[in-house]
Amino acid sequence: MILTLLLNPGPLFLSLKLALITTFILLLAGLPLAWWLSVTKNLFTLVIEVLVTMPLVLPPTVLGFYLLIAFNPTHNPAKWLLQHLNLQLTFTFSGLLAGSILYSLPFMITPLKSAFQQIPESLSQASLTLGKSRFETFFLIILPAIKPAIISAIILSFAHTLGEFGVVLMIGGNIPDKTRLASMAIYDAVERMDYESAEWYAFILFSATFILVSTVFMFNRHNRYSIR
Amino acid sequence: MINLQFEQLVKSYAGKKTLRVNLQIAEGEIVHLYGISGSGKTTLLNIIAGFKNPAGGLIQVAGKVWFNSKQGINLPVNQRKAGFVFQNYALFQHMTVIAHLKYACEEISLIERLIHMAALESFKNHLPSTLSAGQQQRLGIIRALSTCPPLLLMDEPFSALDDDSKALLLTNLKEFLKEYHMTAIIASHNHSEMKGLATNYLNMNDCLY
Repeated sequence: MILTLLLNPGPLFLSLKLALITTFILLLAGLPLAWWLSVTKNLFTLVIEVLVTMPLVLPPTVLGFYLLIAFNPTHNPAKWLLQHLNLQLTFTFSGLLAGSILYSLPFMITPLKSAFQQIPESLSQASLTLGKSRFETFFLIILPAIKPAIISAIILSFAHTLGEFGVVLMIGGNIPDKTRLASMAIYDAVERMDYESAEWYAFILFSATFILVSTVFMFNRHNRYSIR
Repeated sequence: MINLQFEQLVKSYAGKKTLRVNLQIAEGEIVHLYGISGSGKTTLLNIIAGFKNPAGGLIQVAGKVWFNSKQGINLPVNQRKAGFVFQNYALFQHMTVIAHLKYACEEISLIERLIHMAALESFKNHLPSTLSAGQQQRLGIIRALSTCPPLLLMDEPFSALDDDSKALLLTNLKEFLKEYHMTAIIASHNHSEMKGLATNYLNMNDCLY
């Protein structure tokens, strides 16, 4: 049965591709967003923080349903995206990507924001007194200081995207070779009573997730930040 | 000449008080700030460095206005470039001893001199986490000196040093400040360590109203 899996690695590759691109975009957007949330305290940031954290507790189908409605190409903004950028978000990889970014957002933002908040203010103050700009201070002092949190956030976001099911099923539609991810392939295999295939897909996802989460724990154990 | 005239509300041991500073310091002077905890020593240093804004007033260093509430001037921290020694050292954990100094200084001979001054020659490539508290504190001091700032602000800078290394450092520091015409304001609880170093004194208890 492993032969079947080898002949049809599509869902695994698609899951891997989705997790890699999602994590990359989340890292680029997450660093400034988490920094902003850690240094700004007002009602607006509170609302943003709640929205960013909600996917942690919201049933994936709820988010998937709202995204399906939002991505409907007969209404704006999806209509505008289709007309002007030829970008369709329902039942496409781009849609899966948009959904994954929103769904995994808290896994990137929460550890980064917490790490930014733990950095003593005196670190950036020390850099500024040495004549460095805020930009230099951010990239040369603050980011290296939160390296363990950045690595944790990358691994957690990647692992979470790899195992997504509800949201991507709603907006992706489980189309073979187009939007069918490994998690959906397990569901399909079980539906057609092909437990052996389901077992292989599940084993691969389980092992990958176990290794990734173990890496986070081991890394954090060796990289505790000290104030002095 | 350094001209400090400002006011700031501070939370002290006796509730909210106004810190009122009116001080002229000549170039090259070493001022010892003393006073009970909560008397505003750290607040004063933070205001001069630009970490905090006073409610109003004037800060002028070597002819340059750093802060003037009437004219709306408030120079950012990185343009004031006051050397600052932090009570918690504020070392960069990912940088070695030498990297701390190279961060803001390109003059190798000065870096070597500062490392010698702090007796850290054997620890050049060590990270702060592998240094003792005293070594970390000495690194914090020489890092602040690495830009040769006109004004050096030090917050309890010798608290972790043993008597021998403190005596050596104080002698070297005094020489260094004199050579580079630097003015220093040092907040310290310890009067004895400041005896041979300070040229002027400010009792912070007298600045609280």
